[in-house]
Amino acid sequence: MTGATDTLAAAPRGRSLWDDAFDSLRRNRAAMIAVALMLTVVVLVLFGPLLSPYDLYSTDWDRISQPPSVSTAHWFGTDDVGRDLFVRTLYGGRISLLVGLAATAVSLLIGIAWGATAGYAGGRIDQLMMRVVDVLYAMPFMFFVILLMVFFGRNIFLIFVAVGAINWLDMARIVRGQTLSLKKREFIEAARAGGVSPVNIVRRHIVPNLLGVVVVYVTLTIPQVILVESFLSFLGLGVQEPMTSWGALVNDGAQVMETAPWALMFPATFLAVTLFCFNFIGDGLRDALDPRDRSAGG
Amino acid sequence: MLTFALRRLLSAIPTLLVLLALAFALIRVAPGGPFDSEKQLPPEIEARLNAAYYLDEPLWQQFGRYLGGVLRGDLGPSFQYREYTVAELIGTGFPVSLRLGGLAILLALAVGVAVGTVAALRQNTRTDHVAMAVAMTGISIPNFVLAPLLVLLFAVTLRWLPAGGLGDGGPEHLVLPVIALALPQIAYIARLTRGSMIEVLRSDYIRTARAQGLSSREIIFGHALKPALVPIVSYLGPAAAGILTGSVVIEQIFGVPGLGRYFVQGALNRDYTLVMGVVVFYGVLIILFNFLVDLAYRWLDPRVQL
Amino acid sequence: MTALSPPLLDVDALSVTYTSERGVVRAVNQLGFELAAGETLGIVGESGSGKTQTALALMGLLPATAAVTGRAGFDGRNLLALAQAELNMLRGQALSMIFQDPMTALNPHLTVGRQMARVLERHQRLSRRAALAEAAVMLDRVRVPEARARLRQYPHEMSGGMRQRIMIATALLCRPRLLIADEPTTALDVTVQAQILTLMRELQAELGTAILLITHDMGVVAANCDRVLVMRNGEMREQGRVDEVFYRPADDYTRDLLAAVPRLDAQRPQRLAVIGAAEVAPSGREDYQPTDDVLLQVNDLEVQFAAGRAGWFGPRRYLRAVDGVSFDLHRGETLGIVGESGCGKSTLARAVLQLLDGYSGQVLLLGHDLSELDRARLTRTRRDLQVIFQDPLASLNPRMTVGDIISEPLLTFQPELSRAARLERVQALLGKVGLQPEHVNRYPHEFSGGQCQRIGIARALISGPELIICDEPVSALDVSVQAQVINLLMDLQQEMGLTLMFIAHDLAVVKHISHRVLVMYLGRVAEIAPRDALYREPRHPYTRALISAVPIPDPQLERNRDRTLLGGDVPSPLDPPSGCAFRTRCPLAAARCAAERPALRQVGDSLVACHFAESSRP
Repeated sequence: MTGATDTLAAAPRGRSLWDDAFDSLRRNRAAMIAVALMLTVVVLVLFGPLLSPYDLYSTDWDRISQPPSVSTAHWFGTDDVGRDLFVRTLYGGRISLLVGLAATAVSLLIGIAWGATAGYAGGRIDQLMMRVVDVLYAMPFMFFVILLMVFFGRNIFLIFVAVGAINWLDMARIVRGQTLSLKKREFIEAARAGGVSPVNIVRRHIVPNLLGVVVVYVTLTIPQVILVESFLSFLGLGVQEPMTSWGALVNDGAQVMETAPWALMFPATFLAVTLFCFNFIGDGLRDALDPRDRSAGG
Repeated sequence: MLTFALRRLLSAIPTLLVLLALAFALIRVAPGGPFDSEKQLPPEIEARLNAAYYLDEPLWQQFGRYLGGVLRGDLGPSFQYREYTVAELIGTGFPVSLRLGGLAILLALAVGVAVGTVAALRQNTRTDHVAMAVAMTGISIPNFVLAPLLVLLFAVTLRWLPAGGLGDGGPEHLVLPVIALALPQIAYIARLTRGSMIEVLRSDYIRTARAQGLSSREIIFGHALKPALVPIVSYLGPAAAGILTGSVVIEQIFGVPGLGRYFVQGALNRDYTLVMGVVVFYGVLIILFNFLVDLAYRWLDPRVQL
Repeated sequence: MTALSPPLLDVDALSVTYTSERGVVRAVNQLGFELAAGETLGIVGESGSGKTQTALALMGLLPATAAVTGRAGFDGRNLLALAQAELNMLRGQALSMIFQDPMTALNPHLTVGRQMARVLERHQRLSRRAALAEAAVMLDRVRVPEARARLRQYPHEMSGGMRQRIMIATALLCRPRLLIADEPTTALDVTVQAQILTLMRELQAELGTAILLITHDMGVVAANCDRVLVMRNGEMREQGRVDEVFYRPADDYTRDLLAAVPRLDAQRPQRLAVIGAAEVAPSGREDYQPTDDVLLQVNDLEVQFAAGRAGWFGPRRYLRAVDGVSFDLHRGETLGIVGESGCGKSTLARAVLQLLDGYSGQVLLLGHDLSELDRARLTRTRRDLQVIFQDPLASLNPRMTVGDIISEPLLTFQPELSRAARLERVQALLGKVGLQPEHVNRYPHEFSGGQCQRIGIARALISGPELIICDEPVSALDVSVQAQVINLLMDLQQEMGLTLMFIAHDLAVVKHISHRVLVMYLGRVAEIAPRDALYREPRHPYTRALISAVPIPDPQLERNRDRTLLGGDVPSPLDPPSGCAFRTRCPLAAARCAAERPALRQVGDSLVACHFAESSRP
């Protein structure tokens, strides 16, 4: 009896498609640089404030709107009420990234559940569910987010949910499309012919094959979400003081652009670099997971 | 063709209804009313205001009254801007936004498709990488950063163009806002075009065209361009509705009296009728553009059945 | 075609190399050959042999990542060294190419007329009107009916055979001296293939075009080529006149390749030769004795699919994929089901497997009506009803290991087994299908097509089924691999007493593996007969046409063969002809055929659905 399990243990592990994809990604230099940059940003954002003697709130009336200087340890300068911009930028980064991840998670959960159900169920249920998506698409969503913000106040959790709710439609459509095309693949037919129950088909066969598309889409959604949050800040509906986000900082900085350019430059650079990296990584993942070159010889 | 149009029209109606019902419900269930922001009103006056605006009727009756108005083209008076009806507000704001947005879309299409095509033809060369990096930057910078930067550069420093407002309506006032509006779209369309063009150029029928001795130019314009445009059309349809109804950011920064600000103001001020009016308008636009997109598909790809 | 005149095409030391981070791949290695004017040279080989790469290199269609060296002399110039502009002058004019799949090779966005006219406008500077007129003339020549109307249509509105004719017409518009045809008939039905190849021969005689015919089908080579070149792994193994190579092959590989091809005129059941094997085992199995033990019974099976409406308020239209099929399958036998595209054989398989939403008629397995079983009982019954699909890689979940894939049926049918017990069975089965036990943790894309198909077979066998439905299991495989898989199936059937329902479009393969054969046409049964009876004495006119159309890898036989070409195309299943579905193309059609649908009746050893089955060959 143990013979079989021994052989199993001894049998060399094959290279899964994920392995191939990671290899392909590793070879993509631009994507790797983007990953490195991203990690740098994350590390800075998490641990950077420890390096600075200043904190998020304290105002320094002697040093308002100061340009960056090493001597005063205001490495990014100060804003118009004397707060240190280095610390604020990094704290703002925490919020922006948090919103990005949380809101994306919300849209991911709703989108996958909706899309996979519609796609696998097919027929009437699919029609109905996608009709709902179509109707919701015709809504000026930004609009409703604004309404929600107005009614229920600028609660950060509400921001997560509201912003996430904007993007789930796209996720649902993509997941549904992918599920539909998976359903037609022969290995799904083989599973059905093999008597595998629908639950197990979804579990073993559909979901693992959805992950690729989902991962790519997630990395491309995060920057969109961060942009939406920054737009809300522009409207004055973003996170409330003393919390801040890159969007809020950029907005404040844009207003004093001519006199204190550093107030705009630092948060804007961080924002742009982060968005840039996410987009690049998303592209790299998309290329790496592209099944085009997969073919068995005859 | 006619059947297709009719079918679309019929399916559009329930969509609009649901849309309106949703918007209506959302506004009404929210705390606070349209007159809250005013100074404290004596109760009788408040009651009379409410009656004048039918706010004391049951909800479903209000909805029905509203729908009747919509069918007659009457979107109700604005609560905020008391002298105007919603229809008038939309009527003055939309043409402005339309002009800006329309020009921006045309610009974005022309430049975006051109850049994307060139990048696809020179795939993996330096031109390609540079173009895509620039495009990526265009998407990564929010337009409320980009627009002020443009103003700073062209209006303040170089003094080539006016900083804002529409002035006498001369073209120089449109240049900066249109460019600011178009830039992120150019970037996105360029990326989209590149990907799509690369796909199309890999097709078997392009290989056949090469085997027939057709020149590169003929192949691109005669064979590859139409199918490559399909994803761009898919994207542009819904996006156009958003662009044409005005970008809040651009209008605010350049001081342009378009529809965008009514959007936001209406929401911020709980101006019920304005909100509903905008929702109707936007919904109609989206449905119209989806219809146009489907027509475009038919033109671009004869295999599509209507 | 004298030895003294210079060859039209003179290829010398042609090499195509690809360099990537995974290493250097030599797709073509030092290939050399000549082609005389008006001659047909067949380049034959399996996948990876480099034959398509050679063609693309000659036409200058390889991607920029390909490094091409050598010389290809055409008309005094070296094709491989020409500048783009010069190459564009030649392509489409003196030198043309047609491709394998006319559906993707023709531009779906342009009308046929536009595509054809462009070539003439470009090369002969004709006006649009003149170009269209020329195009219509050429379409007539390739026997496309209603040429003028076709010019305004789009490719997707036509059948496969029609599209390939259009491809040929477009390629010949400028009377090229050389036509390169890359697997021009592989995507077509066998009767259509016969039409197209005959057409190409006729046009060649008329226009004096030399043809470079690339194919994997030895039969096609024997029937159409003057000389042949055999390639393997990018290198030439042998070349010479067709008779020489076929009857006196000098190279081992060529010899093995010829022996591995199942032939329609083979007499007795035997194992197919396997390339590289030491010797050929003489005979594979004892002759099967039919029993009365009926395993599967199909009665009046009908499957329709909704196909929209005609107009807004018109009647609903239905596509009759399977239109009244009945047959029995006895324990231990192999029933081959053969037919061309659109005949409904795959739909039939899916109906039997209970994978469709609904059908009318009965499918009885071991006496139980499958459509009346509840979910749980149906699942249990599936243990005896397994399937192997056509595309080896696509039928395996790319994210599961081989071990998991093969053991999944055990999870479904024998959930009480322990993990170790499952593993043991998987190991045992891996050995039986010719794979290694160490493969158990690998993923499908790491294997070749033949190996993937073995995995599929192992999965089908692991729960010990009674009946296995094989839906075109070898169609996507190379000849040599096909031979291995067929041998494997036959061995397993012998060993495990399996019953097989073997669906294929390749008549030779079906003849080789089956005991009885069922021929389908447009969703109906044309003929059911024991194997030898069917091939020796086909009763149904369609069966005769089908057999007549299959090329046999024997040049002399092909030259002397009496061909009855079947004209026209398969009618649309949306609107089948009244009475007998085959009457629109049948040489024996009479008034009765339109009025009355023929029933299956016994004629000699066979069951035939034809009013005139007794008449002798026309």
